[in-house]
Amino acid sequence: MSFGPHLFLAVLEGTVTAFVLALTALGLSLVFGVMRIVNVAHGEFFMLGAVLAWYCSTLISGSPLLGFALALVVAPLLVGALALLTDWSVLKRVDYNPESTIVATIGLLYIVQQLVLTVFGPEARPVAAPVYFRVSFPWFGYSGYKLIVAGLSASLLLATWYALSRTRLGLYMRATQQDYEIAQAFGVPVRNVYATVFALGAMLAAVAGVLIVPVQQAHYLMGLDPLLLSFIVVIIGGLGSLKGTVVAAFVIGLSDGIVSVFFSPTLAKILATLLVAAVLVVRPGGLFGDNRA
Amino acid sequence: MSAGRLRRILVLHLAIVGALFAVQFFLPDYHHTNVARILVLATFAIGYNLLFGYTGLMSLGHAMFFAAGMYACGLCIYYFNVGAPGGFALGVVAGGTLAAVFGLVALRTSGVSFLIVTMMFGQACYLTLLYFNEITLGDQGFTLSSNLDALHRAGAGLAYSDPDVKYNAAWLVFTGAFLVSALIAASPIGRVLIAVRGNEERTRLLGYNTFAYKWLALCLSGAIAGAAGAAYAVLFSYVGASFASILYSIYPLLWTLLGGAGTTLGPLLGTGIMFYLIDITSGWTNAYLFVVGGSLLALVLWFPQGVMGAVRARWARWLP
Repeated sequence: MSFGPHLFLAVLEGTVTAFVLALTALGLSLVFGVMRIVNVAHGEFFMLGAVLAWYCSTLISGSPLLGFALALVVAPLLVGALALLTDWSVLKRVDYNPESTIVATIGLLYIVQQLVLTVFGPEARPVAAPVYFRVSFPWFGYSGYKLIVAGLSASLLLATWYALSRTRLGLYMRATQQDYEIAQAFGVPVRNVYATVFALGAMLAAVAGVLIVPVQQAHYLMGLDPLLLSFIVVIIGGLGSLKGTVVAAFVIGLSDGIVSVFFSPTLAKILATLLVAAVLVVRPGGLFGDNRA
Repeated sequence: MSAGRLRRILVLHLAIVGALFAVQFFLPDYHHTNVARILVLATFAIGYNLLFGYTGLMSLGHAMFFAAGMYACGLCIYYFNVGAPGGFALGVVAGGTLAAVFGLVALRTSGVSFLIVTMMFGQACYLTLLYFNEITLGDQGFTLSSNLDALHRAGAGLAYSDPDVKYNAAWLVFTGAFLVSALIAASPIGRVLIAVRGNEERTRLLGYNTFAYKWLALCLSGAIAGAAGAAYAVLFSYVGASFASILYSIYPLLWTLLGGAGTTLGPLLGTGIMFYLIDITSGWTNAYLFVVGGSLLALVLWFPQGVMGAVRARWARWLP
């Protein structure tokens, strides 16, 4: 294959990565934006989504489409429930202190990892794509499912944007983000907003996991890469800025896809981290973050 | 600080170092090796504690400094036969230099951004080790036993795998780091670091260059972690990329929290307790990550001060 089509393939791969990454990172960014905490177990919620999708696909072995649809409902609900439980039993008790939350979510990360390792096993397990067709370009055929992943992610991003800007819950979230105490004084149930946001963030990661598993296979360590990439994205975009998160997700997703196709996925992650260093030198608060400090 | 308190601190620390030297003559073989390993890992925790416990900067990427020391030492011995002391010195320099360069970038951020950035770079270092696999032999790891010349003492050659050499070398490295950390904690520099932890803004208002102090703490912390990594490579004769993984960034955090962050004795105590906790539970389950995760959750929820933190708060206010 000559350079042009090769680049086109890389850009396609990058776009799919970017959409899924935007979805995952948005969850992390939302939680940080509203609650001012970092969820280190975010990648594990992603992994749980993928693993639950595998269980759903074995439950309904006849039709991959039905299994996929079931996973899209079940995985976010179960992961959301786990997030609510975490919020209620741990985060609320440490009063959302940033450092304690980080230590607690690291603890959660290892507990979830070990749980999946014990129950699900150490091997990577494939899940069949719900639909199988190839989009044929003049130079190569491309998996149609990957394009569906990009489409579904885009609609979920739009839905999140709609929920944030047009619904009462979104209004509560933005109010809490801007000023926690004033919001409370105006009758916003801040604690419930916190719990909801934490669950929503986890659910976004879980959906991303469900979407990616037919492409990637389910494995108990698969949460690390999305966590690292999400971190890179939120730091480049500026902590707490949703717009920055989405923009940075596209920059990093595209470059990750392109470097992965031409060189190696590992090199892509190393370069992305160096890019973070460069951004921090120029703008310590990230591209769209608060740079007044 | 009053002369009386200073003398008490000095006596206590020398007594602990002396006791650690003396126990080697009583320990059974199995625990003899374990304690040597704990001493090296505790050195890593001491480095971590300088940054986290005293300066209040939580790092989630300290494995990179440990690995920098380990690989600088291990690779130079493996390829160039520099010998153990030379390799160790290189390890300390590598840990300190990486921390110095990293600090210039990472310390531009504060609060949770710093945490994320440390974790990110730690992971990037891990991936770098894997990426240059042909040089680092990262994913398989390598051993050093055939590359190390024996120590010559009183005419007899003593290998680094000899239990007594191992224990005493580990003890030396630990003692160095332990006394340095106690010295810093008791010195005016230590007071400024604690002030930064308490309130950076006010410390700056008092005229201290807080960036310089944080950077100094990070450099020292990285150099000590590098020393621990280098010592580990020489004494336990294995170098592998797994020592750069996130788990090895979380361990020093866990050890320090358990023993008591911001206490000189905490890192040793936490490392020892955690080591034996995992060792004992591994008898009936191999799910040691449950122990790690569960301990972290339990510490945050019910015991945030750690052992020595509680001891200091209740009985011994004079502990540094």
